[in-house]
Amino acid sequence: MIERIEEQFPGAITDRHAFRGDVTIVVARESFLEVVDLIFKDGYQLLVDITAVDWPERQIGDRLVRFDVVYHWLNMTSQERLRIKVRVGAGESVPSLVDPALPPRFKTANWFEREVFDLFGIPFENHPNMVRLLTWQDFPGHALRKDFPLDGGDPFCMADSTAPYAQFIPTTNP
Amino acid sequence: MATMESIALATQALDGDKMIVNMGPTHPATHGTLRIVLELEGEFITRATPEIGYLHRGVEKLGENLSYNQFVTLTDRLNYCSSIMNNVGYTGAVEKLLDLEIPERAKIIRVLVSELARLADHVVCIGINAVDIGAFTAFLYLFKQRETVYDLFEMAAGQRLHTSFTRVGGLFRDLPDDFFPLAERFLEECPLAIDELEGLLTRNPIWHDRTKGIGALSPEEAISWGYTGPCLRACGVPQDLRKSQPYLGYDQYDFDIPVGTTGDVFDRYLVRVEEMRQSLRIIRQALDKLRELGPGPIIVDDYKVALPPKEKVYSRMESLIHHFKLIMHGIEMPVGEVYSSTEAANGELGFYIVSDGGKSPYRIRVRPPCLPIFSSFDQKVRGLLIADAVAELGAMNIIAGELDR
Repeated sequence: MIERIEEQFPGAITDRHAFRGDVTIVVARESFLEVVDLIFKDGYQLLVDITAVDWPERQIGDRLVRFDVVYHWLNMTSQERLRIKVRVGAGESVPSLVDPALPPRFKTANWFEREVFDLFGIPFENHPNMVRLLTWQDFPGHALRKDFPLDGGDPFCMADSTAPYAQFIPTTNP
Repeated sequence: MATMESIALATQALDGDKMIVNMGPTHPATHGTLRIVLELEGEFITRATPEIGYLHRGVEKLGENLSYNQFVTLTDRLNYCSSIMNNVGYTGAVEKLLDLEIPERAKIIRVLVSELARLADHVVCIGINAVDIGAFTAFLYLFKQRETVYDLFEMAAGQRLHTSFTRVGGLFRDLPDDFFPLAERFLEECPLAIDELEGLLTRNPIWHDRTKGIGALSPEEAISWGYTGPCLRACGVPQDLRKSQPYLGYDQYDFDIPVGTTGDVFDRYLVRVEEMRQSLRIIRQALDKLRELGPGPIIVDDYKVALPPKEKVYSRMESLIHHFKLIMHGIEMPVGEVYSSTEAANGELGFYIVSDGGKSPYRIRVRPPCLPIFSSFDQKVRGLLIADAVAELGAMNIIAGELDR
């Protein structure tokens, strides 16, 4: 599979490794949708999971590339799994798999992408409904970033909240 | 900011001919804290907007600050109807990261308790689904069996719901002797209870009216929505990780994978009932295997991973040091990332662990089986009645603890 991707889109795979039998490829953001199209036609049709990993200090070249967006695919015919990573810096976005302009192949990506947006603050381009999934809409910050404190910073995570009762809640620990 | 808009829906908003009705977060049919905002035209649903996150406890964030063995207790709180399967799935992922082979007896016991948990989970799912639709009796007949399963868990792990039964490298203790007679009795009584359940529901015309054709889905659509587990198999896709990617020696057990045809509520019910029978077959084989194998270790004999026995800690210097090192500094982890998945009662339960070699995981991700399934709710209930939405919700088997993490 990986050979075929490299054949069709030379330079799309920027890095690859295998650990304990899990194959991982790192795909450039620009060629991500093309690669997804190819692997879908090759049988990787079940999108198992989308998540992200935060590496706040990581530098690649001379650029800070903070996030790995991690996709897990399963080929239900051969039962092989493939992990694709897309690396983005803070503030950069990733192409959405539920873009209305694309064929509706991975409807499950809708909520997974919203969850990644919610917990990491990585936006997805052309997502039809890019709002938070698990936390409330004016939650301060993104909970799974490494610089987000474990206790949430303030007891009720209500800083800058527009809810009417927020003013009655202390925003710092006494 | 659009914060108050959603709260304003709670009273009642009229938009043309549409009425907006809130189902949840404390609706008796949501079984947990889910909220669904339904837009109705007359009696028919034109749009359903699920709002989740009421039970979001930040399990993944907590996991980044706990040691590998401490996280086991948090996995109990994911799918609390079958917590032992989450324990098994999580420790399996850590063992894959460590490239560790666990003792044979531990494997068989893990299979045994997983299948008991699958049974209990299906009992809850079918029982509650039937209660929501109006068939109360089936629930009572089955809950007697569920009670026995929890008695067995209590004997094995000391806890009924939050079992925390597994440890990295095996189990924290062996099954007690009085576990086996009760398990044998359960194997005799449970098939009769399943027969009674089938007698009440399978050919019941009211049950047919309420469940047939509700929430039907084509296999292609189901795969696109990321379905796994009984819901996917009811659509006619024979995908079961126990068969297709065997773990814990599932390839040595003899069992079948039931599949449905249409994926509607009725098919999901049939698939679950048959899976209960297949689980009983696996439990029978696991008990026989345990008897054949005889007593043996239930955790690896590697003191860099598993704690040495207490007698040794008190009497031998080296074991004391191992004990201290493990408690204070944790397991020495390789640097790398793994994704490991098991077939839980709801579908594929995956754990993605990124390790930087530290005491706690750098990132731990729980892939819940019911999140993708629930995300298709809006599409599936459009054009149906509220009563059908309740049937559909029950048959999806949404467990909020796992959905929101």
